[in-house]
Amino acid sequence: MKNSKPHKIRWSFIIFFIPVALWLFLLIVFPHLELLKMSFTGTDFYGKSGFTLENYGEFFKEPIYWRTFARTALYSIFVTFIVLVISLPVTFYITKIAKIKSQGFLTILVLIPFWVSELIRVYGWIILLRESGVINKFLLKIGIFKVPHEMLYNDITMVMGLVYTSMLFMIVPIIGVMESLDDALIEAAYDLGAKKTTIWRKIIIPYVTPGIMSGSIIVFMLVLGSYLTPKLMGGKNALWFTEQIYNSMIIYFNWNQGAAFGFLLLLLSSLIIFVALKVTRQDFKEVVK
Amino acid sequence: MIRTLPNSRAYTTAYRLFIAVFFIFLFSPLLITMILAFNNSMFPSLPWKGFTLDWFFGRGPDKIGIFHDDSNLRSIFTSIRVAVAVSALSTLVGTMAAFLFEHEDFKFKQAFYFLMLAPLVIPGVILGISILLFTNAVGLFFEDKLGLDMRFLAPGYWLVVFGQFSFITTITTMTISARLKKFDRTLEEAAYNLGANKLEVLRFITLKYLRPSIVGAAAIAFLMSFENFNTTLFLVGSDQTLPINLYLQVRDGSTPVINAIAFILITFTSIVAVANLYGGNKKNQT
Amino acid sequence: MQIALSVKNLTKKFGDFTAVNNISFEVEDGKFFSILGPSGCGKTTLLRMIAGFHKPTSGIIEIREKNVLEVEPNKRPVNLVFQNLALFPMMNVFENIAFGLRRRGEKGPEVDKKVNVMLERVGLPGYGKKQINQLSGGQKQRIAIARALVLDPTVLLLDEPLGALDAKLREHMKVELKKLQVEVGTTFVYITHDQSEAMVMSDYVAVMNSGHFEQLDTPQNLYSNPASSFVAQFVGNNNKFIVGLKKDESGNFYATTPEGGQFLLSEPFDLQDQGTFEMYVRPEAMIINPSQGNKAINELNADVKAILFDGGNSRLLVVPENSKQELIVALPQNHQFDYIKAKDKIRVGWYPESAVCFKKSEEKIYEEL
Ligand SMILES: Nc1ncnc2c1ncn2[C@@H]1O[C@H](COP(=O)(O)OP(=O)(O)O)[C@@H](O)[C@H]1O
Ligand SMILES: [Mg+2]
Repeated sequence: MKNSKPHKIRWSFIIFFIPVALWLFLLIVFPHLELLKMSFTGTDFYGKSGFTLENYGEFFKEPIYWRTFARTALYSIFVTFIVLVISLPVTFYITKIAKIKSQGFLTILVLIPFWVSELIRVYGWIILLRESGVINKFLLKIGIFKVPHEMLYNDITMVMGLVYTSMLFMIVPIIGVMESLDDALIEAAYDLGAKKTTIWRKIIIPYVTPGIMSGSIIVFMLVLGSYLTPKLMGGKNALWFTEQIYNSMIIYFNWNQGAAFGFLLLLLSSLIIFVALKVTRQDFKEVVK
Repeated sequence: MIRTLPNSRAYTTAYRLFIAVFFIFLFSPLLITMILAFNNSMFPSLPWKGFTLDWFFGRGPDKIGIFHDDSNLRSIFTSIRVAVAVSALSTLVGTMAAFLFEHEDFKFKQAFYFLMLAPLVIPGVILGISILLFTNAVGLFFEDKLGLDMRFLAPGYWLVVFGQFSFITTITTMTISARLKKFDRTLEEAAYNLGANKLEVLRFITLKYLRPSIVGAAAIAFLMSFENFNTTLFLVGSDQTLPINLYLQVRDGSTPVINAIAFILITFTSIVAVANLYGGNKKNQT
Repeated sequence: MQIALSVKNLTKKFGDFTAVNNISFEVEDGKFFSILGPSGCGKTTLLRMIAGFHKPTSGIIEIREKNVLEVEPNKRPVNLVFQNLALFPMMNVFENIAFGLRRRGEKGPEVDKKVNVMLERVGLPGYGKKQINQLSGGQKQRIAIARALVLDPTVLLLDEPLGALDAKLREHMKVELKKLQVEVGTTFVYITHDQSEAMVMSDYVAVMNSGHFEQLDTPQNLYSNPASSFVAQFVGNNNKFIVGLKKDESGNFYATTPEGGQFLLSEPFDLQDQGTFEMYVRPEAMIINPSQGNKAINELNADVKAILFDGGNSRLLVVPENSKQELIVALPQNHQFDYIKAKDKIRVGWYPESAVCFKKSEEKIYEEL
């Protein structure tokens, strides 16, 4: 094919390359280099700015910072796991158990909330769960509660909210792979005497691993970087790391500190994704397809 | 286990129950939000005080409906302006990137490809602050060294567009690439052989083939832009987009006008989704 | 006769690899010219150079005596029917055929008329509104040819256009295609790896092997007078004997087999370069139990291993005495040989002029047949 258009300056290449390069360098590479640079910059006593490790030092000195960081990381992994555990049976139901006719409809049904803004979804939970919310009013009315309970602003609710807002990003890629799993494989395994758990362990899970990995990466990323859900549903005295970044940047206007936090978060997400890919022996390029 | 295999009754029932609970979990917040848009109350909560359309059409003084709510209307308008620009730009560049990665060969192609995928694993918040820091630095440079006031580099409309464009283009690129991968390049040669010039080949053959994916990518880009919060948060100026504006209202407490907005958004997206399903089915039949 | 296409010393190299090696030929106007060769021998590369998709490493391509090397593919008066057809799935049948006409700036009723005439000609009148994916394999075939023919090219190039069809349809399309070519009178350059396609349709056939032409001739001559060992094996079926040569005192040449057989040859050979030779005898040139006493006929005794019944194409599989080599002998279905059963001993004979003999070639021989 390469020889099909001989002796030509590659205009097509130039035309395609320039905008793509501008996008990738001006909006991805340079901004992150700037982030890195800012994170190592500080202002000294005389107001002169220069290289410093202070911003990172601060992170390790103040327990509140690294505790928030660790909490965010652990909760993100936990949420990703819960999402996976719920998504597998759901996707299996949609692709392999539900009537063929209703498959498309169920898929769309699962997709609809995904297109509604995260904010609206969180808002829905708030009006359901808060002290004056729908569930409280209902339970008071039928006499199960004597006094209203605040069901928002705790870690369990926050985890549920994060699961809710990110679940679709796990379901969609897994459905994609699960659909292509030939029923005959399951029938054959069953015919050869395998139990349900064996079929799941030996056939289904290995087959859908690429879908699981891409779903997990996206979900993990979204949860780790989410701001709205922890802010609006989480406990008031335990922050999410993105809130920490927001506070440094916007409230304290300490951009260098914010840059250091941001870079740490970026490092963390890359590291965890890298480890996950290595452990499951998946290729990033294949996984994001 | 699957349709064709026998199952115990208890297993089937338990599975169905699980799926039912799942869908209730999925839809109850949305449904409650929508229902409360019609509650004749000052708060988005029970008890039910009767049906009203005031949260859509009310003119005040106490109940201002969405169609008379200037602040929210303005933010909706801002969001649309942003989404149209992001959708157009990211679809255009995404198409070029798809051609670049599928049809061209160049040094460091692999590296560029990974770079193109990077926004998938960069949290939106980080993307937002990086772009904020960078544009600020560039803006300062232009001002100090050249005495130029680069307004579009300050938080505001263009910065939001750039910020959203930076990661949405990855999505459009992947969407369009997926279709371009399946394109048979001998079709281009055939058209060329039949006397078409290069532009005609592009217009009548390649772009025509890509059109469904380009339309799809543009729609996805529009929706992603319209609902984006994390990246926008750091780049927004005084013109707030709808998600930012809603966030402030939710945080500080608000009237059911938010429910009215949610009602409109959910209805709109559902219609698009169902239309998509219907359209997709029709295409499969031919 | 005018020369429609002339190729002179054409060579194409991909890096170190020579895909087309110094090929020259001419095709007269209105002829059906085939290039026959095993896959990978460079047929597509040759065709793509003529169409303009590859730039030759060296050599000249002339169409109606005009050098076209500097002419872009979209301006050359040749059209190509692609190996995979390359019909445009985003257009219906009508728009596919009209595509080239519109690119020339033709409009309106003019286009309608030409397309409809063309549809009629390929036997698909009224198919204009159909989508490509509604067509069967054979119909797609015809549309692809119609799409190219409607432009009235000086030369129509066809790259194994029947390859994707099933055997039955292919037999049918062979005849259709030949009829169509005679009707429209366009020069066809047709490439294929199927010798029967080439033989049935062509006025001339060039047999191609690893980048060069082995022989360019009429189908009849290719069959009866193969110019090389490769052609003898590639065109039609043949029995091969590995032999040595010798000359007796009266000047007759003989082929000798390791088993001690000695067969008279009709032609003289240069015995200077000693070595192994290959002798070929066609199955239908083999006579079963020839009448005795005919001195000129070569004979050998053989065991019948199996009867391969295939209607008019039935054959015997025989093994000569003291040998392991299998021979194929045509078995006419005129009841004359009904008595022959498996494991029988028979005699097989052929006239010296039915055999051809070549010096054993070092190159690898095509193995499909
Ligand atoms: N663009 C190319 N680059 C390198 N080698 C090629 C290219 N095109 C074809 N070839 C090689 O040239 C030889 C002839 O190919 P081709 O002309 O397609 O054969 P045919 O059509 O007879 O099957 C093959 O060995 C093929 O691998
Ligand atoms: Mg070929």
